[in-house]
Amino acid sequence: MKKQDILMVGVGGQGTILASDILSEAALAAGYDVKKTDTLGMAQRGGSVVSHVRIAEQVWSPLIKEGEADIMLAFEKLEAARWGRYLRTGGAAIINNHAMPPLSVSLGTHRYPDNEEIRDTLKQRTERIYFVEGTRTAIELGDIRVLNMVMLGCASLLLPIDVHIWKECMSQRIPSKILKVNFTAFDLGKREASHVNLG
Amino acid sequence: MAKIKRLLSGNEALALGAYHAGVMVAAAYPGTPSTEILEAVAKFDDIYAEWSTNEKVAMELGLGAAYAGVRSLVSLKQVGLNVASDPFMAAAITGINAGMVVISADDPGIHSTQNEQDNRHYAKFAKVPMLEPSDSQEAYDFMTYAFDISEKFDTPVLLRTTTRISHSKSVVEVNRSREINVRQSGFRHDLEKYVMLPVYARLRAPLMEDRLVKLAAYAESFPLNRILRGGRHLGVVTSGVAYQYAREVFPDASFLKLGMTYPLPQNLLRQFASEVDRMIAVEELTPFLQENIRAMGIEISGKEFIPSVGELNQRIIEGGGFRAGLLPAPSARQKEDIVPELPGRPPTLCPGCPHTGTFFVLSTMGQRSKLLDSRGKAEKELKLIITGDIGCYTLATYPPLRAMDTTACMGASIGQALGMEKAGVGGKVVAVIGDSTFLHSGITGVVDGVYNKAGITIIILDNGTTAMTGHQDHPGTGISAQGKKTKAVELERLVRGIGVEDVKVVDAFNVKALRTAVRSSIDNPELSIIIVRGACPVRVRARSEPMAVDAEKCDLCGTCLKIGCPAIQKEGEEVYIDATLCVGDACTICQQLCPDRAITALSSLAGGKPK
Repeated sequence: MKKQDILMVGVGGQGTILASDILSEAALAAGYDVKKTDTLGMAQRGGSVVSHVRIAEQVWSPLIKEGEADIMLAFEKLEAARWGRYLRTGGAAIINNHAMPPLSVSLGTHRYPDNEEIRDTLKQRTERIYFVEGTRTAIELGDIRVLNMVMLGCASLLLPIDVHIWKECMSQRIPSKILKVNFTAFDLGKREASHVNLG
Repeated sequence: MAKIKRLLSGNEALALGAYHAGVMVAAAYPGTPSTEILEAVAKFDDIYAEWSTNEKVAMELGLGAAYAGVRSLVSLKQVGLNVASDPFMAAAITGINAGMVVISADDPGIHSTQNEQDNRHYAKFAKVPMLEPSDSQEAYDFMTYAFDISEKFDTPVLLRTTTRISHSKSVVEVNRSREINVRQSGFRHDLEKYVMLPVYARLRAPLMEDRLVKLAAYAESFPLNRILRGGRHLGVVTSGVAYQYAREVFPDASFLKLGMTYPLPQNLLRQFASEVDRMIAVEELTPFLQENIRAMGIEISGKEFIPSVGELNQRIIEGGGFRAGLLPAPSARQKEDIVPELPGRPPTLCPGCPHTGTFFVLSTMGQRSKLLDSRGKAEKELKLIITGDIGCYTLATYPPLRAMDTTACMGASIGQALGMEKAGVGGKVVAVIGDSTFLHSGITGVVDGVYNKAGITIIILDNGTTAMTGHQDHPGTGISAQGKKTKAVELERLVRGIGVEDVKVVDAFNVKALRTAVRSSIDNPELSIIIVRGACPVRVRARSEPMAVDAEKCDLCGTCLKIGCPAIQKEGEEVYIDATLCVGDACTICQQLCPDRAITALSSLAGGKPK
């Protein structure tokens, strides 16, 4: 396998950390070296959260170098625009089509970018820009918290990790009584990703 | 034993390493990025682990345990070592009996601290050895070395990690288990070693010098100081996570990777210097390695082209490499993207936060909210001086609340308020401090205020947990670090016992009561304390039916936006409440404030659908 650098970005409370943990565990179980690091500052407090996951035969730095991420998995649209510079040329941007306006937008001092502006920003790096309905899928499943597994399901389409490893790693980290809905979320994420012709 | 590969954070690896090294007593006060070390240690039943009142107590406790003959671990964040520096320096001179390791978790890049101090200087200052792991495997492995060195040289050992090491996960081959014959306690009376009367301290001071000489000799053949031979053109001296970045940026160079960064191996450095054409140091923060190596008369550069502030990464080192003439010009590198100006996303007080009501009251009484302008009113002169402290509530500094004027270090709110008042500043000074921080280092400030007849108002925000670092228990909660029920320190009895007469306890989610209490305390010329009590919603997770805005009643006055709740959002000409974020009944602050009574439970709205 060539190296896979995956940048996961979102807002504190969206479950990015658990998703990046499961991704890292899965990569280890699949036989790769892996390092992951979270840049969270004060994550539970609604701030911008970034997780770097690096998978390769041997990984040195836990941080992905700017301009070298193969995949950016954005749980929130504004964060996709903010961190897009981490993508390598031709990398894949998978973006949850969902806006969480920061306070400054609600207070009227700043403006939230529209989808075209976000797309234009990322186009400087890549044509592979995929908006997916992660939040809508999670709400339809009755639990907004499974958004992270929907997004992980999307990303799984691009990663050389068997489905049974994904599910095994999920079952080790997710309480058994909500495991089923998380599996469903993961599967729907995969389906959502194939709908947008990810790959 | 069988080797197991596990993905561990640096902090988890340090804890497991300490456990396998036979630690019996561990103490800490929560502080990012060190917190998870004690949390992980506390899970082992055969270790005594505690959240100490503060780092000073933790250090003294660790030292006492080491004197008593068992291996001890003290973990703290970099500024925590400032608090604990007095007993740390004492430990350095008395030495120990069983091994004692102090983990300092530094925070280059200031992810979650008030400064960026480089605690490697503490090792030199205290004349103690220091180890620096560069990933989780080393964090696990180094712990055994640290305890062995501690006992071999009769010294506490400083093990320095950083946010990037502590909070990154990497693969650890777990190849040891806890020794069965862990040392049992037993104190050997030795006045000349443990009683630092000047007459005995004078005897020990030269022993510290002698110890450093022996440690420096030991460092020469210490297996964690390794030369990795590559090209002759460049030799990189490095340690910690900077090693990982440098490996990627200079793949063809030779490396001297230092596991022990104090004292330094002079002969090994000379040998390495002789093997390469040019030697550079790649290190985060201050030129600690560079200056100490230069002091040996060895030529080395580094900080001339690598920044002394902030966290490093491959890109920054690459830029340094270019400036040093070691790498090709940046034109070969990728161009910068053009990115529109994006709204920032600083952390905020959470939906349902028990601090919101208090700061809304302070913000309005202090005329802080900038939103007043948007309604056509002129900006008013700020009222009240609000000295702040360390915790989630520091986030009330951000708009729209803007209800904090100072934040320095743990417990400083009270001392600063006392100083401002004694300086004769006009108006009332209000100190705001959390429950855990108050117990950590606010109490002595109250004693000072009572003794010296201060007239400040102190607001203790009691959310029943140490929230900012991830909900650790503290002396006020009555639950130990290992989850056992214990005796809780009651804040109101504590402050009354000190001699404060005006003590009020107020519900954090009752805005009217909060306003009345703050007014009355401010009017009182004597020292007054308000304990604002309300559980942290992230910890308790009590959620009920969310609130919603009735668009027909809402006249867009913007009052609800002034509390800065992330669940309340405005899009165009509509204010709405994000049903996935609102905690509902447990809070209701926006509902209490809405002048149009437009905020109500979601289901009571006709056609109420979550937005």
